[in-house]
Amino acid sequence: MPITRDEVAHLARLSRLALSDEELDHLAPQLDQIIASVAQVQEVAADGIEPTTHATGLTNVFRADEPVSCLTPEQALSGAPAVELQRFKVPRILVEE
Amino acid sequence: MSELTTKTAAELAAAVSTGEISAAEVTRAHLDRIAAVDDRVKAFLHVNPEDALAQARDVDRRRAAGEPLGALAGVPVAVKDLFTTVGAPATCGSKILEGWYPPYESTVTRRLRDAGAVLIGKTNMDEFAMGSSTENSGFGPSHNPWNLAKVPGGSSGGSAAAVAAYEAPLALGTDTGGSIRQPAAVCGIVGVKPTYGGNSRYGVVAFASSLDTPGPFGRTVLDAALLHEAMSGHDPCDSTSIDAPVPPVVEAARHGDVAGLRIGIVSEFSGDGYQPGVMTRFTEAVELLESLGAKVTEISCPHFKYALPAYYLIAPSEVSSNLARFDGMRYGLRTGGGSAEEVMAATRAAGFGAEVKRRIMLGTYALSSGYYDAYYGKAQQVRTLIIRDFDNAFSQVDVLISPPTPTTAFDIGERADDPMAMYLADLCTIPSNLAGNAAISVPIGLAPEDGLPTGLQVMAPPLADDRLYRVAAAVEAAFTERWGHPLLTEAKGLVTA
Amino acid sequence: MTVTYEEALQKYEPVFGLETHVELGTLTKMFCGCITTFGAEPNTHTCPVCLGLPGSLPVVNERAIEYTIKIGLALNCSIAAWCRFARKNYFYPDMPKNFQISQYDEPLCTDGYLDVGIGGKTVRVGIERVHLEEDTGKSLHVGGATGRIQGAEYSLVDYNRAGIPLVEIVTKPVPGTRFLAPEVAKAYVTELRDVLRSLDVSDVRMEEGSMRCDVNTSISLIGSATWGTRTETKNVNSLRSVERAVRSEIERQAWVLDEGGRVIQETRHFHEDSGVTTSGRSKEEAQDYRYFPEPDLVPVAPDADWVESIRASLPELPSARRARLIDSWSLSELDFEALRNAGALEAVEATVAAGASPADARKWWLGELARRANDAGLEVSELPITPADVARIAALVAAGTLNDQLARQVIEGVLDGEGTPDEVVAARGLAVVSDDSALLAAVDEAIAANPDVVARIRDGKVQAAGVLVGAVMKATRGQADAARVKDLILERLA
Repeated sequence: MPITRDEVAHLARLSRLALSDEELDHLAPQLDQIIASVAQVQEVAADGIEPTTHATGLTNVFRADEPVSCLTPEQALSGAPAVELQRFKVPRILVEE
Repeated sequence: MSELTTKTAAELAAAVSTGEISAAEVTRAHLDRIAAVDDRVKAFLHVNPEDALAQARDVDRRRAAGEPLGALAGVPVAVKDLFTTVGAPATCGSKILEGWYPPYESTVTRRLRDAGAVLIGKTNMDEFAMGSSTENSGFGPSHNPWNLAKVPGGSSGGSAAAVAAYEAPLALGTDTGGSIRQPAAVCGIVGVKPTYGGNSRYGVVAFASSLDTPGPFGRTVLDAALLHEAMSGHDPCDSTSIDAPVPPVVEAARHGDVAGLRIGIVSEFSGDGYQPGVMTRFTEAVELLESLGAKVTEISCPHFKYALPAYYLIAPSEVSSNLARFDGMRYGLRTGGGSAEEVMAATRAAGFGAEVKRRIMLGTYALSSGYYDAYYGKAQQVRTLIIRDFDNAFSQVDVLISPPTPTTAFDIGERADDPMAMYLADLCTIPSNLAGNAAISVPIGLAPEDGLPTGLQVMAPPLADDRLYRVAAAVEAAFTERWGHPLLTEAKGLVTA
Repeated sequence: MTVTYEEALQKYEPVFGLETHVELGTLTKMFCGCITTFGAEPNTHTCPVCLGLPGSLPVVNERAIEYTIKIGLALNCSIAAWCRFARKNYFYPDMPKNFQISQYDEPLCTDGYLDVGIGGKTVRVGIERVHLEEDTGKSLHVGGATGRIQGAEYSLVDYNRAGIPLVEIVTKPVPGTRFLAPEVAKAYVTELRDVLRSLDVSDVRMEEGSMRCDVNTSISLIGSATWGTRTETKNVNSLRSVERAVRSEIERQAWVLDEGGRVIQETRHFHEDSGVTTSGRSKEEAQDYRYFPEPDLVPVAPDADWVESIRASLPELPSARRARLIDSWSLSELDFEALRNAGALEAVEATVAAGASPADARKWWLGELARRANDAGLEVSELPITPADVARIAALVAAGTLNDQLARQVIEGVLDGEGTPDEVVAARGLAVVSDDSALLAAVDEAIAANPDVVARIRDGKVQAAGVLVGAVMKATRGQADAARVKDLILERLA
């Protein structure tokens, strides 16, 4: 099933990518081609086959509830584009979660 | 070019530990080499000579004081810019992290520092490890030392080029779909994807979490083994790391032997799309293995042909989520105005390259409600079937072999805007990532039509990494004897300084 | 709004559900070793993991799993033999990775219930699931008028809270409560809070945010076969708000339907001051969180032995304790509820343990102390007086050293920090005067000052003695036993 330019634009919005029209024009057909190709997986008969999310088979990996030294505020904020009152300053948020 | 830069890591480590040469001399020689050739190879993104020399001088001080030295003391190691190292930037090959200095160290590089290695610089890579050529780097591609107009492979292309150009004897890379083995093959050096979980991903910026595997590059099998051993082992900071002893890879590398070994050729990895010269060399390697006493058969792994599409669903899905944190709020690039939502979208559009954008959107698509089962869910089922193919194969043979990649190094620019063509470079390497196996690429000669290196891929079950080294060491020894010299000495691409 | 609650309930049936988030009282965060604190300086308890720095990886805090299993068992849930964490993907500045590690279709605990007492009856609230996730950071919104997001110029984010383990407890929808819906909702949250406190897995302080409730409400015409569209109400920060929020939503939805409109499926924000909800984010376009199993974590498969040892370690749960206390204190269900609703259960139990009778303990905690707590805006348990103090005061009254009025003064003294009950009695000289000779002086004075009353008494109107008793009580500043004073007066006049 081909993917339209509008659907690609929607994916871009969902992914927080402000693509220009030129980029959309360029990427949309490529994405369409890739999706068509990866859709090959649907040819595989896999009824009753368990999906694998981890190859290792590990379970129950835990840590004890004990403190470990953490970063100083200076380290934590060291890469921040903007800081105020020892907090990360971010632009106004439009929609409340 | 100083003689020191042609020495192996094993030789350098031995010489430093006896005091025959100083670590500072070794590091200086390599820094000189980098200064001489990296303007053309462009393997490195950041080199801090003062810092490297300080590390080296520290090794010399400890040796003089009679303190115990680690196994790699004084040996320069180039580090893919995907690892967090304190005091150096970590860009992951992306403009979105340009100028970011991580406030913490990765477990793997910390272990190397503890082993006395000198971390000599951070190497170029495809952006966030997505690519097979370094052309997706936000800072320009690296160049193959064999022929500067060709790609060095990717995503760990900078690390492979650095080793092949004698800028460092060892390098760290990561392999998610072939990103160590393929560059190793096209640069004529040794590259290993260890068992997934065999070493720590803490401090390795995540691309596809269930596939990413840090691993070693070296010019010889033994060198790769030395780095493999020094970096590996369980890490409580990584929930996916395996709590088991590191397989005896150095021991195996010193005792290459394939007599009586059962070897299976993956029948699916040949035919259309495979460069004839690559297959010629591969066939020769098979004959060599047989002459050394191995029993070689063909094994079919019928689901391997779905490995590429399954990978190009699983990896983008995981990366679409892993890269969501890059939004200009806490570190890295921030651009654009207006609301937080607008700044995030503008920052990501400006900071990410085209391939990253493609894969993020692909991953978002594959995980979307309504599509999950048919795409991501299905791909994970295919993954199970691929694991079963491996299990079935390994019940019949001890290792599997194939070419590591269908062609030799292609031209810079040839596949840059053709994602599907680029993806084909990973055809042979991806199944091992999906299954979490161990795999290696070892040089087996030059393709006749272009004189460019090609390799042999050997695959072993998880935690049987030593088996790889045993086979690779035997192959290396036999071929080197046949050639009369190490393969790399035939590289004409670099004017030796 | 012109629909009253009573009017609404004449036509409509309410159905409600509750989602409660509880911050676990583990020492460290869910996926890293940073300390969980409340009120620390911003960004002083962070590390690469809870900041989501590139390359960081989560590792599960075993105690958080233990606490969650404990909660599930206390809520009569089944504990999963095998489950996973999942990523919930959405972009928001207080989430450093722009995904939250949570659980999706494989929660740790499922399918339980909590019995809630209301009006002497028991309502069984079904529990759909209990799962574990990580808390987000906290934002200050700067520049707007109200400190909320609307109108703010920018926000300041503190990640100390990011990564604190959060348990989400989701009820099944609760129908059939009719007029009592708001009360049942409040009683459920109260009982849940008490259960969690008894498990010692969280300090469950709604005012500090370690327990947060979202309330789902819908209404449908009485007799209707299907339920109505439900709304989700957030910012419900106290037990009282739970009740008010349900009530106000029922009224609002009834009004909307009566006006011929349609209830929109949305998230609403509860306002403490006005008691009403306003519209927030529309849920018509449900957010697609693109859940998938967390690849950086491996599955959690609690073995049966571990689960059983946790079950064996469960303390007496509120329902068992309720049965025990009702029995040993001979209470009615309503008596018990009054105690529980006043938050006085622990205090009364401790006071009884310190030697008072259940009746005395209840009398003081539900009476004078509840009144003073209410006036001070505190919970009864927050008053600066101990159950041992109260038991001592009750003992002094029983011994005749204090009467009720004096006891109240002693309570005041203890609350004001003047010392223990005995110290207050001594310092203020509050003991009942038991020495007759001391009283006689006051008695004679009263007799001398009220000849007409004396005459009436001598005339046979014994009740008039009350006036003289009052005068003596006043003269002794209440420190006399009124009954004894009356006897003395009558003896004197005999």
